[in-house]
Amino acid sequence: MANSTTERSKTATGETAGAMAVLAPALGWLIPGAGHMIQKRWIRGALLFISIVTLFLLGLAMQGRIYRANGGDILDMLGFVGNIGAGGLYLLALANDWGQGAIAFATADYGTKFMIVAGLLNFIAVADAYHIAIGKKQ
Amino acid sequence: MTVTLNHFSAAAVFALFASVVFGITHRDTTREMIRYGLYCFAMFLGGVLVAGWAMWLLRR
Repeated sequence: MANSTTERSKTATGETAGAMAVLAPALGWLIPGAGHMIQKRWIRGALLFISIVTLFLLGLAMQGRIYRANGGDILDMLGFVGNIGAGGLYLLALANDWGQGAIAFATADYGTKFMIVAGLLNFIAVADAYHIAIGKKQ
Repeated sequence: MTVTLNHFSAAAVFALFASVVFGITHRDTTREMIRYGLYCFAMFLGGVLVAGWAMWLLRR
C-alpha cells in the first residue's frame, strides 16, 4: 500500500518535471527569463529578462535591422536564426514592422548585432531553464 | 527614439548584459555566478582595450 502510494507520488512528480521540461523552455523562448521565473528562480529570471530585453530594445533604438526568414543570402539566414531566438520580442518587432528602416548611422550595425546577440543569449537562457527543469542544475 | 552610442559605450553595454547572462547560465551557485559574470565582463572590456591599442599601434 505504502509502496504503491510512493510510486504514484513519484510518477506524479515525474510527470510534473516532464511537463516543466517542455513548458519552461517554451515560455523562456517566448518571454526571456520566464522559463526561470516559472521555476521560482525569480532573481535569475528577472536579470535575464532585463539583460536580453534591454539589449534587443537598444538594438532597435540604434536603428538595427531585423532579419526575415526569406532573406535569400546565407548571412541573412544566420541573422534570422539569431533574431528568432528572441522569441516574443522578434515576433513583436515583425508585427510592428520595426527594424526595417534604412541604416543611416555607422553604429546602426551595432544595433543589428545587439539584436542577434540578444536572441542567441536567449537560446542559452532557454537551455539553462531546461537544465533546471530536468534537475541537471539547481 | 534613436539611441546613438559610441564604439566604447556600445561595447561596454554589450559586455555588461552578455556577462550577466553568461554568469547566470554557466555556473551553479550564486557566488560562482557573480565571479564568472565579473570575469566575463573584465575579459570583454579587456579585449576591447587590447584590440583598440593593437589597432592604434598598427595604424602608426
